[in-house]
Amino acid sequence: MTRTFLGMPATAPPGVGQLRGTEPFPSAARRSLADPQLRRNLGHATTTIRAKSAGVIAEVPDWERLREAGRAIKADVLARLPELLEQLEARVSAAGGVVHWAADANEANRIVTDLVRATGSDRVIKVKSMVTQEIGLNEALAEAGIEPVETDLAELIVQLGDDRPSHILVPAIHRNRAEIREIFLRAMPGVDPALTDEPAALAAVARGYLRQTFLTTRVAVSGANFAVAETGTLAVVESEGNGRMCLTLPDTLITVMGVEKVVPTWRDLEVFLQLLPRASTGERMNPYTSMWTGVTPGDGPQAFHLVLLDNGRSAVLADEVGRQALYCIRCSACLNVCPVYERTGGHAYGSVYPGPIGAVLSPQLTGVADNASLPYASSLCGACYDACPVKINIPELLVQLRDQAPHPRTEAAAMAAAAYTMDRPRLYEAAQRAVRLSRLAGRRGRGLPPPLDGWTGSRDLPDPPAQTFRQWWAGR
Amino acid sequence: MRIALFVTCLADTVFPEAAKATVRLLERLGHEVVFPPEQTCCGQMHVNTGYQRDALPLIRRHVRTFDPYDVIVAPSGSCVGSVRHQHPLVARRAGDERLAGRAEDVAGRTYELSELLVDVLGVTDVGAYYPHRVTYHPTCHSLRMLRVGDRPLRLLRAVRGLDLVELPAAEQCCGFGGTFAVKNADTSTAMLADKMRHVLSTGADVCTASDSSCLMHLGGGLSRLRTGVRTVHLAEILAATEQGETAGTPTRMAVRP
Amino acid sequence: MNSRDLVLGRLRAALAGGGPAAAGEVPRDYRHTGTLDLDQLVQRLTDYRAQVHRVAGHAVADTIAAILPAGATVVVPPGLPPDWLPTTVTVRPDDGLDNGQIAAADAVVTAATVAVAETGTVVLDGSPDQGRRVLSLLPDLHVCVVRADQVVATVPEALARLVPHRPLTWISGPSATSDIELNRVEGVHGPRTLHVIVLA
Repeated sequence: MTRTFLGMPATAPPGVGQLRGTEPFPSAARRSLADPQLRRNLGHATTTIRAKSAGVIAEVPDWERLREAGRAIKADVLARLPELLEQLEARVSAAGGVVHWAADANEANRIVTDLVRATGSDRVIKVKSMVTQEIGLNEALAEAGIEPVETDLAELIVQLGDDRPSHILVPAIHRNRAEIREIFLRAMPGVDPALTDEPAALAAVARGYLRQTFLTTRVAVSGANFAVAETGTLAVVESEGNGRMCLTLPDTLITVMGVEKVVPTWRDLEVFLQLLPRASTGERMNPYTSMWTGVTPGDGPQAFHLVLLDNGRSAVLADEVGRQALYCIRCSACLNVCPVYERTGGHAYGSVYPGPIGAVLSPQLTGVADNASLPYASSLCGACYDACPVKINIPELLVQLRDQAPHPRTEAAAMAAAAYTMDRPRLYEAAQRAVRLSRLAGRRGRGLPPPLDGWTGSRDLPDPPAQTFRQWWAGR
Repeated sequence: MRIALFVTCLADTVFPEAAKATVRLLERLGHEVVFPPEQTCCGQMHVNTGYQRDALPLIRRHVRTFDPYDVIVAPSGSCVGSVRHQHPLVARRAGDERLAGRAEDVAGRTYELSELLVDVLGVTDVGAYYPHRVTYHPTCHSLRMLRVGDRPLRLLRAVRGLDLVELPAAEQCCGFGGTFAVKNADTSTAMLADKMRHVLSTGADVCTASDSSCLMHLGGGLSRLRTGVRTVHLAEILAATEQGETAGTPTRMAVRP
Repeated sequence: MNSRDLVLGRLRAALAGGGPAAAGEVPRDYRHTGTLDLDQLVQRLTDYRAQVHRVAGHAVADTIAAILPAGATVVVPPGLPPDWLPTTVTVRPDDGLDNGQIAAADAVVTAATVAVAETGTVVLDGSPDQGRRVLSLLPDLHVCVVRADQVVATVPEALARLVPHRPLTWISGPSATSDIELNRVEGVHGPRTLHVIVLA
């Protein structure tokens, strides 16, 4: 009994990490929408990246075939996930790495904290990683007296600004150069007040600020973009070189990865290394990609730990339709094309995974009830599906999750009544005549009653016609 | 050709001019239009709001109603999208494989108006006359679910007297999204504001599209701000002629004081 | 039950719930090879702000002498061809240099394993002429020498040439970030200047 119970797919536990927001999307979005700086920054950034990405994708004549291959590889991964993970574990171990398994965020945090403690270090340098944000690793380390230092420029901006990330790829997308300059002046000791807000100058300040930390910290924590089961090779894709620093300089490297990041073969990287940079940063190739297999004597960290994390992924995998959310390679193309994300930004989604992919991934990781407003945070315009390099049908998933979400009782009653009426043409015709009543609502200027006042708050209602179409048809 | 009109509940109830224009246009082109009166709603609102079980009888009704016809047309990209992509899916998830098969069959014979005109009937010049400055908003479901591409634009370019102006950022959603417009009214309004800004920037008198639902949203916003820009369904423009056949009575907004 | 069994058990249970057991064949009809074009490599490297020099084999030392000021300190991997280095610079071969010594150098010179023309990428694999990863990381200027026969057109061709278990660093231009308003600016933590010498 216990064995069966424990072996059932499980959602991510509450109370740890950043998968659940504190308020529903509509009210969080309302606040973001009223922030002119945020709106301007997001509009500028998403427009820029869309143009860049479209340009480099147009250069690749086989883009659609790469997308299809990427989708198929990920589908294959999920179908064989347990055996691929066992293979990965065997290869990493054979190459001198140590593999750990974490059922959830709490366990992963405990494993990493214990590993850091065992080294005696009271500080870790971190490569930008979605999964460690997801599990709240920084908070867990801080509680254990270990200082986590984010080394990615955007993550550093977020950390120094005591802020939350708002984008998968560019966590500080909600900040512009002037705001970043202010954060640096406030939070970095010894920064020259004459610092300009030129991006190159700001980057140079970050370089100086972190250099000594890179050279003196003995433990690093990273995520992983890909892990090759066939060879035991891990890959991290980055731009700034902070990743290379973290993956090269310390004595000990701890990599935390969601179980879905495994790919079967070395050759599979040829697909994803083409898809990811072009969909993500809009580059033909990102400046740096590091690949390592276990431990290389005399080169890089001599202790390597790999933490394989479930934290709700098994629950996602259990849903035949929903599991395609696990194809995600965290490129953030769906965010950049999403008209909702472009206006609300990432914070409104509550979870560390924002935008369209977040709206389908977060509710599945936590269970739909804990993120019930997210599947509705979309107009179902479909731009995300077109942009996704691994062809996740996000609109389909959104609709499916809405079906599973808890519904307000009055809405459910209204929907049932509407369906009942529409399945009976006589009643339907009577209801059509009743629509004329809305004339009165409009004439009196009061608009519609809640929840339909959401409509009349910003839009006039059409004047109902004197005749419905079917009345006109009958009278021809 | 005998063509069954899938009027859509919204056009039937609130925007009959779009449906009447569809009838007039097809009859002018020499086709017979029939209206199966048992039809009501395709169930898209239920599916998209999370009520697939409630949608099932509506899907069944739709399939039963339109099964006898070889060619079916709707003046709505969104409702045709629902018929093509959602009906088989919802039926299959409900375990009704037979319904799913029939739904696919009906979907294969169902066309959005511009698809019917260009692909099935092979016309782009429908003989229309519409002396106005017009901009076209490609609705998301026409664009990305049906991939109608430039068919509506080709039809509009052939309309005499029509001054077609390009809509900036045309492919961005207007913010309607069915119940999204109510559940996320603030975000929907923000999207609407940008779409209206682009429409106004064209200097067009009329904004057209293939979906009454998006036009209701866009037109409601344009009316609320007293912009003077009207929204007119594509079918109404294509139905208008020099011989006094007008685009029908324009739908008026119940303007709030 | 340990966590390994727990996680694997959950995943197996999730898959047992139905759905297709196998996902089917992966279509690999994308391009595997391409027409090699050295001009394309140069153009793509330049596009991402690398400085590219196309020279004959015997001219490497002169080219490096022109890049680096006289007296500059240069760290090099132990297996770098000695005739690549000009006499105008101070050479420190990596015989176990500590990080501080490497960071203090003005530049590093390495060979490469493979280069990808379509993406403007050079790949280092830790061979004796490329050295430990830290060597090409800490100095602010990296000179990478690529032989023409190491250049391939496409990413799939590059992967086929690489040995997975070696520590690999793919480099496409100098260190850069797009974190400020999504505008790419060169120069954060890795070498802020990248010179690629392509040997004809």
